[in-house]
Parts: sequence; structure tokens; C-alpha cells
Amino acid sequence: MADISSIFLGIKSPNPFWLASAPPTDKKINVLRAFEAGWGGVVWKTLGSQVKNVSSRYSAVNYGGHKVMGFNNIELISDRPLVVNLKEIEECIKLFPDRAMIVSLMADNNRESWHELIKKVEDTGAHGFELNFGCPHGMTERGMGAAVGQDPEIAKMVVEWVMEKATIPVITKLTPNVHSVVPTGKAVVEAGTNALSLINTIQSVTGVDLDTLVPNPYVDGKSVFGGYCGPAVKPIALKMLTTIAQNQVTNKVPVSGIGGVSTWKDAVEFMLLGASNVQVCTAAMKHGFRIVEDMCEGLNNWMDEKGYKKLDDFIGKSVQNIVHWEDLDINYHHVANIDQDKCIHCGLCYIACEDTSHQSINLELGKPYNNYTIKEEECVGCNLCQLVCPVSNCITMVEKRVAPEYVNWIEYQKRGLPLNDH
Amino acid sequence: MAILSNRLSKEQFEKNFSDIHPPFETKDAALVEANRCLFCYDAPCMKSCPTSIDVPKFIKQITTDNVKGSAHTILSSNIMGAGCSRVCPVEKLCEGACVYNLMDEDPIPIAKLQRYSTEMAMQKKWPLFKRKESKGKKVAVIGSGPAGLSCAHVLSREGIDVTVYEKEKQGGGLMTYGIAAYKVTPEFCKDEVDYILSIGGISIKYEQELGKNVHLTDLQKEYDAVYLAMGVGLARKLDIPGEQIEGVVDAISFIYEIRNSGFSKVAVGDKVAVIGMGMTAIDAATQAKRLGASEVTMLYRRTQEEMPCTEVELDIAKLDGCEIIWLAAPKEIKGADGKVNEMVVEKMKLGEPDQSGRRSPVATGEIFSLNVDMVIKAAGQMPYQELVSSNQLENNGGKLKVNNNQTNLKGVFAGGDCVNGGREVVDAVQAGKDGAADILKFLTS
Repeated sequence: MADISSIFLGIKSPNPFWLASAPPTDKKINVLRAFEAGWGGVVWKTLGSQVKNVSSRYSAVNYGGHKVMGFNNIELISDRPLVVNLKEIEECIKLFPDRAMIVSLMADNNRESWHELIKKVEDTGAHGFELNFGCPHGMTERGMGAAVGQDPEIAKMVVEWVMEKATIPVITKLTPNVHSVVPTGKAVVEAGTNALSLINTIQSVTGVDLDTLVPNPYVDGKSVFGGYCGPAVKPIALKMLTTIAQNQVTNKVPVSGIGGVSTWKDAVEFMLLGASNVQVCTAAMKHGFRIVEDMCEGLNNWMDEKGYKKLDDFIGKSVQNIVHWEDLDINYHHVANIDQDKCIHCGLCYIACEDTSHQSINLELGKPYNNYTIKEEECVGCNLCQLVCPVSNCITMVEKRVAPEYVNWIEYQKRGLPLNDH
Repeated sequence: MAILSNRLSKEQFEKNFSDIHPPFETKDAALVEANRCLFCYDAPCMKSCPTSIDVPKFIKQITTDNVKGSAHTILSSNIMGAGCSRVCPVEKLCEGACVYNLMDEDPIPIAKLQRYSTEMAMQKKWPLFKRKESKGKKVAVIGSGPAGLSCAHVLSREGIDVTVYEKEKQGGGLMTYGIAAYKVTPEFCKDEVDYILSIGGISIKYEQELGKNVHLTDLQKEYDAVYLAMGVGLARKLDIPGEQIEGVVDAISFIYEIRNSGFSKVAVGDKVAVIGMGMTAIDAATQAKRLGASEVTMLYRRTQEEMPCTEVELDIAKLDGCEIIWLAAPKEIKGADGKVNEMVVEKMKLGEPDQSGRRSPVATGEIFSLNVDMVIKAAGQMPYQELVSSNQLENNGGKLKVNNNQTNLKGVFAGGDCVNGGREVVDAVQAGKDGAADILKFLTS
């Protein structure tokens, strides 16, 4: 059986699954339940200046009968008294000494406030800090959260203040509400942060109530932009993670991956693209803490199947597989093939290709079942048919190289090779 | 042993005749199923519907909270879409063709979803169709069954003024009078007819029967066109000795009685034999059982392979406790004191295929008897041969001959059971649409 234990900045946890700084990590009762369920660690909900939260706080995007494909929130940092949080953090560490306890911080924008907060939290015995430079709502209006993370100079300054004082590891959490996460990432690494985590939530409006005309989430007839998260944001998070993993400055520090992680598979994908561990929130908020059981078992089984003994054996392995477009091989070509024994004649491949792609599927009318076959000479190998097909492995892509050797776009142009004539 | 009414308590009757396929209880339940629909292109379900309802579209519309649009999609193809959602043999039509069957998964419950949308339309009385301004043309329709109403509705939408002549006291035809009460109640049928008529431009004259108080020649003079949709009416005789004995009834009358009187008022035997294995035979047998008969035996000349009803229907009969005897033909009905007490049956075997392509039953000479006090004949219905012949309408054994839905008499159109000899409600609805299309062409040419 593979070893799924994780060491992040020297902080040990029995598995690489931490709960992200969020409502599930706001109180001792929640955190103890999480540890009992098997979570490897938590990032305690952000401590900092005094706030008060509103109701409601959440809204969601449902799709095709599935609830909470995307989720957003307008909750601010912890609105509980600091002393209560600190006391509970200490108690949780004592009850579960083998789990990681990271505390998220967002102090007022001055050195003294940060130093004071760091001191108080370190006294609890916490294992590390995560700097919240990402919260996209409410706190930004006070010049905190994403307002810090969006400006590399300010972020750098704050990290420097933190590093002057902190004696335990520091993770800086990045906001995705920027054109690129790399500038801030570089700035904070240069300022000395020990690690990065990303992504925080994305500013969003999940929808508008068609009866009241008030957008979600609803607060007495009004709404604000909320932070978007959940399965819908995973692709964006993976992209941003990859840019950090590929940058020569930011890839010098470990990264904790965040953004729509719901299953062990999501976690493996984040880790393949450079995350040393992952943080989860929305999936736990939707299903409860019990989801960690399958996350551990699924990860373990996958590692056994692939022959990975420990997490480091596969972390970052896919980073090199994302390249510039110009490095792609133009001679690579594949075409779709429909397995007629598996086909259920739903026609979804046909109409997708016919209406929106390259008219590469042949329709043979039948009653009631039509037959569909690929016109190989027309097929550009776009995958659309395979993506919409409801039957697993019914449509496969069959490799049909144009020529054996690798030719990228630069080379292609140089050689004056032919362009499309249709 | 006797034929008695009021065999069960009120509660038992209510239980026995409650909805056999209950509707979705909640919107969420409907959405779970609606969201399973793959939204097939050129969908097999749609192609298997005689009225070509755009099934993927109406199901998609349920998922987008556009139930009004969903109902419009259904009803614009099939104005009796609500009734059809309850009575269609969907296992051999839309649901039978659902691609999920090819994945060995349960098909989408299309009928149940169709019921969801159309029932809401009826309850909320959504005015989904707007009648065009009257064109000053008048059409008479004979029969307010599915074919007649479907034709009338299309014509009215196009601004034609329609008068429907109906021999019964209520509209709906066999939907109202010929289908098991656990599928559609008389109240539902009345609501459906009212909803169809709510478009306006259609007036129904009740208790007006062609050949009795209405005459084709008069209608031809009074109207610009006539549409004959009187269905088939007469139960096929068995032509065996004893058919006239008290206790022998035909299934259509038996079902008519159930639908016209309260359940407690319908008399049923203790031991009942039902002759035939079509949908009507099933409806008669199951309802005899549900009225309190202790034994119901269905007799069929051929085997399960050739039966006209669907497997689903057969299962209803079996689950109701009806006995089935295959390869059994009625030979003679015997009685005592003028009342049925014995059904003499001859065993059959299968011979060569007949005109229908099914293997025909051949007598074996082996005889057995059933101890019964009631015999229900459900061996099919006969078209109104005498009626149509006396009106100089060309026919084939009573079934009207038509060319582009027009009979040999100019301006006299026909469709539905009176042309095809008796098919599903949904077939009649399509016939009505087709007839209306040809009538419109005729009126504008």
C-alpha cells in the first residue's frame, strides 16, 4: 500500500487533504469533526480585524439537475472574538497533534497589526500561517484581502512584515482576480514567503432571481459580488497553478493547490501540475467531511495501480506536458471512430459535428434508429463528438499521423508547408 | 354463483380503480427524470410517436422551467397529449424506442413527463392556442372521439367553424367510454374535452347519431365539408351457440357501463371468462377482477407470441390475478335457467401464418369446460358497415375507403377507427390532423 502521508514545509499530515480556510474551519466543533473524519489538516478561518457577517451568505450554480456545480460566498473573515478562536485552535492542536494546523491571517494594513497577530497565533502552537491576500469581497473595500494580492508591491511589503516576525512557516494565498497570478507570486516569493497557495475565490454573480430581479446571494433586496468556487472553477485553478509551477521564481517554493477539488482524482490532477497538497472547501460544504474517506482510498488505490510509493513520486509530473502552442506537433492527427456495437443512436455526435463543427459524420436514416459513421477524410480530430457521446469508449480517437516526424508551427511556416484550402 | 353488483366496499373500489401510473408527486421528481433525457437528435422516441411529438424538446423545456412551452410542444402535435400520456402503449412506442433501452437502462418515463406538462396546462387552463379569425367556412365532424376532436381543433385554429355531432352525452369517444377507469377517469376525460374546446369555434351537439337523427345528405348541404370519425362500434360476435344467454356481454358495453355508472352499480360475475387478448380484453378482465369477481379467465386462440396487447398490459392482467389460457377458442356457452353456467372451449394449435402474418389457430378437437357465470366478449369491434353502405360510401368490410383522407363522396372526409378498423388513440389523433390538413386544402382550392 502506498504512503499518502504528506510533509509540507516540514508540517506533517497523514494525508495531503487539508480543509481550506473557510466556514468549515471557523470553530473547534467543526475542526474536531473534520479531524475525526480523517482530514489531514486545516487552515483555520482567517483571523484579523473585527467584522460582522450578513445573511444570506452563499449562492450556487446548478447545472443539468446537479446542484452546486459552482458556489459563491460573501462571508467575510471570522467574526468571532479573536481570543475565542485562539483558545479553540490551541485545544484542537492538543486533541489532534498529528494533524496540520495552519492559521489564515488578514491583519489591518500596518506592520504593528501583523506583528501583533502573528505573535498571538504562534502562542497557540499552530504549525504555520497562510496569508489571505485573496478574499475578493468586503475586505477588499477596506484595502485588505484581494486588494493586497492584486498589487505585487503591497503584497511584497506585507510579506516582508510577516517574515520579520514569523517563526513558523508562511504560505501566501494568491487571488485569481488578476490577469496573471505570477507577478504577485514572484513578488511574495522574493519577499520570503515559504510557500504559495492558490487559488482563492473568483469574483462572481451566480445568477439573478427572475421574480425579484435581485442577484444572488440575497441580502434584503440587494447583493454583492461573491467569491466563486466549487467544481466549476477547477480548470481555472489548474491553469493558474501551472503558471506558478512553470515560473522559475515561483516554482522554488511548494504550492498548496486549491480550487474545486472534490475527489481524489481532482487532487491528483492538482498534484500532477505541481501542488504538493490540496485544500478542499466546497465539496465538504456540499457533502460533509466524510468525503475524505474516498479521497484517501482512491488516491491510495491509484498510486498502487501506477506503482507510486509516495506523493513525491508523482507531484509535478504533468507540468512539463503543458507547453506553448507553437511547440505542438502539427503532424499529429487523429480521427474519430464510432464503435457501432456500443452506439445507442442518440445522434448527439452527429448534430454537434454537423451544426457546429466540420460536417464529418455521415447520417444514414433509419426508423427509429439512424446510423452514424465518421467521414474520416473530413474529420479534423477536434474531439467534440467524443465529448458529447453519452457512452463510454463508444467514440475513440484513432491516431493517423500526417507524417512521422515532429513539425511545429515555426518549422511548418519555415518550410512553407500547405495551409487549409477550405 | 351469480352476477352481482356492489361486491366490494367503497374503499376497495377506490383502491382498485386508483391511478395505475400515478403522476410525479413533485417538480423535483419530474426534474430528476427530465434531466436524464439525452436530448437525442432526430430522436427515436419522436419517430416512434404516431403524432411525432417532439419529445426531447418538451422534456428539455421541463428542465428549463418552461412547462408552458413544454405543454405547447406536446399539444401542438397531439391535442390529446394529456389523455395519451395515460393510455398510450408507450412500451411499444416512444418509451420502447428510447435509446436508454440500448444501454439496458430504464427508458425515460416519457408518458409520465408528458402527463406532468399537459396536466399542468389543463389545471392552469393555459390558453396555448389562438384561433385565427373566422374564414366563414363550416365543417361538420361526426364523432367527438380522438380523431374528431383532433380534426376539429386543427380546423378551428385555422379559422374554420366546426360543429361536432356526438351520439353520447359526453365527448371524448372511446377515451371517455372505452378505456379502463384506472387509466383515465370520466372526470379527466371531460376536463380534457373542455380544454380542447376552450379554443372556441367548435360546438358539440350531443346525442346526435349519424343515420338516426343526423343524416349525411343534410350535412353535405349544410356544411362546406364533412369529416366522418365515428369509430367502430359493434362488438364482433363469437358466432357460437349460447351467445344470447343472459350473462354474456360484450367488453365495450361492460366498460361503457363501468364508465357511466358508479363502480358499485356495475354487475359482475363471480367466475368470469373473457374472450380475446387485445387491449380491450385486458381492460375488461382486469376491471372485472377489480369489481370483485373471484375468478377471471382470459381465453385466446393463439399464443403470447401473437397476442395484440403489449407485455405490459398482459402483466397488469396477471398481477390482477387473471388466469390466462392460450390456444383456447370458445366453442359453446351453456346455461341453466336461462343463465350462463358453462363455457365450452376447444384447444387449438398454431398453423400456417394468416393474412395478418401471424400463425393462425387450428382446432385440435380436444374440448374442455370452464365453470363460469359471466362471459365477456372482447374479440374485436366491427365497423359500421350497414351505416356506411347505406350512405353510398365505398368501404372495405365497413372500413371506409379514402384517398387523401377523402371518401368517394366529394367533400366528405374520414379518418380514425372508421377507416383503419381500430387502432390506438394516438393513431386517431394523427388521423384527425391529416384529415384536417386535407379538408383545409379542399376548402381553399
